[in-house]
Amino acid sequence: MSELLQQIINGISMGSIYALIALGYTMVYGILRFINFAHGDVFMVGAFVGYFVAPIVAPVVGGSGLAAAVLVMMISMLACALLGVTIEKLAYRPLRSRPKLTALITAIGVSLFLEYGGQLVFGPDPKPFPALIPSTMIVNSKFLVLSSNSLVVIGTALLLMVLLRHIIFRTRMGTAMRAVSYDHRAASLMGINIDSVISFTFALGSGLAAAAAILYASVYPSINPLMGLFPGLKAFVAAVLGGIGNLYGAVIGGMIIGLLETLVTGYISPIYRDAISFAVLILILLFRPAGILGRHETEKV
Amino acid sequence: MMLEIDNLEVAYGAVRAVKGISLNVAQGKIVTMIGANGAGKSSTLRAISGITRTSGGRIRFDGRDITTMPAHKIVALGISQAPEGRMIFANLTARENLAMGAYLRRDTEGIEKDMDYVFAMFPKLKDRIDQPGGKLSGGEQQMLAIARALLARPRLLLLDEPSLGIAPILVRTIFEKIVEINRELGTTILLVEQNARMALSIADYAYVLETGEVRLHGNAAEIASDDEIRKAYLGER
Repeated sequence: MSELLQQIINGISMGSIYALIALGYTMVYGILRFINFAHGDVFMVGAFVGYFVAPIVAPVVGGSGLAAAVLVMMISMLACALLGVTIEKLAYRPLRSRPKLTALITAIGVSLFLEYGGQLVFGPDPKPFPALIPSTMIVNSKFLVLSSNSLVVIGTALLLMVLLRHIIFRTRMGTAMRAVSYDHRAASLMGINIDSVISFTFALGSGLAAAAAILYASVYPSINPLMGLFPGLKAFVAAVLGGIGNLYGAVIGGMIIGLLETLVTGYISPIYRDAISFAVLILILLFRPAGILGRHETEKV
Repeated sequence: MMLEIDNLEVAYGAVRAVKGISLNVAQGKIVTMIGANGAGKSSTLRAISGITRTSGGRIRFDGRDITTMPAHKIVALGISQAPEGRMIFANLTARENLAMGAYLRRDTEGIEKDMDYVFAMFPKLKDRIDQPGGKLSGGEQQMLAIARALLARPRLLLLDEPSLGIAPILVRTIFEKIVEINRELGTTILLVEQNARMALSIADYAYVLETGEVRLHGNAAEIASDDEIRKAYLGER
């Protein structure tokens, strides 16, 4: 029983990281009906920005772990927001009126560019990610091991999700995002600059990916240029599972993938840890392709 | 002239929907384009708003060439549209739809005032204000589309078939409101309609379109009394 509780806490912690990444996939899909396959690699860049910024930031804030962590995360989020906007502008925007497949293949190209560009710039070998907030044991008994780390991960992710919800449902720009996601032409008749809304969407999604990367690196403190591949794919599965284009779906999907993964690792075998996500993808595509919260879209003429 | 269209052409692939239409709209007037389905009326409005590409000709607003201007900048100049099919954001509440109409405005107080103005004009909208746009009836959506276009505070309002799919009782109300908008707010209106009789009864000037070309134009009263027009568009013998 206590082991189950342990697994569930770990699962939610991992799931909230996947959820943050999945939100980026789902927002971009909502606006452009396009899967940004480079999203996982933006996540990787986020971790590296954190890695390089942390030693610079630490002395500035005078050794306070919390302040350093917050600052590192914010810088990383900002850097990745900029990267996301740049990728969209350079790689995807020129192809917007082309068939969807063109952009999709380009996204895979951008992904490979970031992965191998990352190996060139950062080196291919893993680097130790510094512990920004030293993890302390909150509960350390025979039955349950609860580190502050998992609470920090879950709390930060929750905070960011609430913030995102506020932006999307309560602000002018967020309403414009929802308008654009429904109908580009109608939105432009309102005076909405579609390009700015798309840029903003990429900035939001990439920023969340960076935050997820800092959290991920605090759980698995070894980073490398290919580290975005699996979390990226799993978050994509999470977005599809929840119903791509649906924000709540992304969070639910992320949690399910995170929980399944830890439960499978704990109760069946760690060998299936990565495989389970893809099994879920196959099942969902077979039996409910629109996802849990997704609705079937009638093709618009 | 507030709006000058000179030899406009619009094509969708090989189909030429608009084949050299020239049209003027003077400030403060209600001008109508009437004609059958496929005459090129909606395409002309879409070209003015910049949501369809033109293949020839010029569109000027206040003497300024807007032919290739992006749609959102045209709204900023003072042209808004209640488009064909209404294009209500089904996923946004009626209130959010109206807020999007006022997207480019920053004068919160002015927006509030205009909201009250459109609620007074269409009281039914107020009851549905927190409903998703997709849940509104056809008539309510039409009112919302007109109200939303008004919230941009346009100087030129483009209305595409406001009577389409509306209960006959409501059609008269909507046309009365169009006149009210023109008189009270001084908004210039370019109205596209298949209901020619109704359109001619409120317009100052009219263009009759046929298969992408202007067949006839003149004062609305003159057009309404033209024998051929009466036969072809007003269903008289």
